[in-house]
Amino acid sequence: MAAATAKKVALPKIDKVKRRQLRKRYFSQHKTLYLMMLIPIVFTLIWSYWPMYGIIIAFKNYSPAFGIFGSPWTGLDNFTRFFKGYFFGNIIWNTLRISIYGLLVSIPLPIILALMFNEIRVKWFKSTVQTISYIPNFISVVIIVGMINFFFGTQNGVINSIITMFGGKAVDFLGSPGAFPHLYVWSGIWQGVGWGTLIYTAAMSGIPQDQYEAAYLEGASRFQIIRNITIPAIMPTIVISAILATGGIMAVGFDKTFLMQNASNLSTSEVLSTYVYKVGLVNGEYSFSTAVGLFNNVVNFIFLFIVNKFAQHVGDTSLW
Amino acid sequence: MASRAIYKPTRGDRVFDIVNIAIITIFTLIILYPIIFVIMASLSDPNKIFDTPLLLWPRGFTLKGYTEVLKNGDILTGFGNAVLYTFAGTMVNLIVTTLGAYPLSRKDFVGKGPITIFFTITMFFSGGLIPTYLVNQQLGILNTIWVMILPGALSVYNMILMRTYFQANIPNELLESAYVDGANDLQLLWRVVLPLSTPIIAVMAMFYGVGRWNDYYTAMIYLTDRSKFPLQLILREILVQGSFGDTSTALSQGADAQMMMLKLTMKYSVVIISTLPVMLFYPVVQKYFEKGIMVGAIKG
Repeated sequence: MAAATAKKVALPKIDKVKRRQLRKRYFSQHKTLYLMMLIPIVFTLIWSYWPMYGIIIAFKNYSPAFGIFGSPWTGLDNFTRFFKGYFFGNIIWNTLRISIYGLLVSIPLPIILALMFNEIRVKWFKSTVQTISYIPNFISVVIIVGMINFFFGTQNGVINSIITMFGGKAVDFLGSPGAFPHLYVWSGIWQGVGWGTLIYTAAMSGIPQDQYEAAYLEGASRFQIIRNITIPAIMPTIVISAILATGGIMAVGFDKTFLMQNASNLSTSEVLSTYVYKVGLVNGEYSFSTAVGLFNNVVNFIFLFIVNKFAQHVGDTSLW
Repeated sequence: MASRAIYKPTRGDRVFDIVNIAIITIFTLIILYPIIFVIMASLSDPNKIFDTPLLLWPRGFTLKGYTEVLKNGDILTGFGNAVLYTFAGTMVNLIVTTLGAYPLSRKDFVGKGPITIFFTITMFFSGGLIPTYLVNQQLGILNTIWVMILPGALSVYNMILMRTYFQANIPNELLESAYVDGANDLQLLWRVVLPLSTPIIAVMAMFYGVGRWNDYYTAMIYLTDRSKFPLQLILREILVQGSFGDTSTALSQGADAQMMMLKLTMKYSVVIISTLPVMLFYPVVQKYFEKGIMVGAIKG
């Protein structure tokens, strides 16, 4: 018994030394591998980790003269100012509304579309519609917003010319706070739904054909096959995509929102990312803007963490 | 699904197929029509575009929109700048991503775990707008070509996709035998791994390239010199802010209706011209989507 314990204690010790030797030999044999790795590491240090150090200005009153290190500490002042600020409630609500609305539509639609694609039996038709559905993903946001203007503009807009052609009155979609979330979310669907099917199509391509054949021979209906074979097979992919999407709940993209904003729809279109830009780069309140950005990042991470925990609890698929 | 031929479809199956195909056809038309509209409108006499509710072919065919766009100095400079930033930036992207993905794909690479964590953290935490701006300021690259190329050199997501592709497609025995033959790690990458990886390289080039070409944000934040603006920033002025810049004074001053209409055609034309490079590249790369992305997606 005692010998066994001694053995147990002694073994890892030898292992450790040996492992270190092996590792040393590996390093010298494969120096090139580490030199290669150094390049992405340096890029990541400079443009990802160095800015993280800069986050401390959220707790300071940054002034260029003193630099990040030398600027005076202010504690949580920047945060309390944001929480008590006039715009706080409105911005959080706008961000959440657009994002939750977006999630509710953009998570299920690509799944449904991928299932429908999967049921097409005419091969050329399937590949044609898939190829077409990917195209909008490659169009730039500037052009997407330009196209929203072409279609929904008051002057020379397609929809409004049809309305007036039939004797109706032109509607100012672009300047309407009520229309903004719909325009934002559905233009995103137009652009992204096809591309969103790709990951599910990939997962479906891994389903063994004989499962489908067996189900057919047993006389299962198409809906039964979708429910009992296809959906269970892509479930892990669905869960992972949903977790990742929910993790971005407070991250309404800057690019499109900023372009779609105008003076009249600001009451629904001002979100955290555009606010960070305006107070930061436009007004030059570096510390305050960084505090708002940090708050956004932390809330996102908490959401991701909670959803991931929930997924672990309910099923066995999770991010980590 | 080819093997379904052994099965005789029931009536339920036929109904299902008809409904499914009908819905997908409508969906495809909704995706396509806005694009068709812009193409046709760019070739039409602007006064006639709205004569009918649905524009399906050019009305009063004209190339005036295109010829005017090609005379606009801002657009031409922007196009040139965008080509430069996209090409140089994508090259940097591909090099940095490959150099990270290849060691991480090797089973024997010591330190794989910690290094992967080091990269993954940056997917969830970032410094944010101002701290990143301050870094670029410190580096002295504001308002230079470097700020358009160096930041964003690595997308961790793409690197993981590429790593997974290498793992799944490069047989270990091949690496081992090349190693026994005396090849070093760099030669392995160059002579064995890369020649076997055309699909993933094509897909990565497309992702990064389109991202660079379509980006207006970086330029808006970091560039102040008009002569350095890429096309997307010029497009933003034209399409979103509705101005044609100061080089085409005749246009910006033209208040009469005819000028207004010409501006409208130019908007349609400039959309087509700016999307053309991406669309020309798309069919070339499209056939690699499946091989490139799907392998990465399944295992990743």
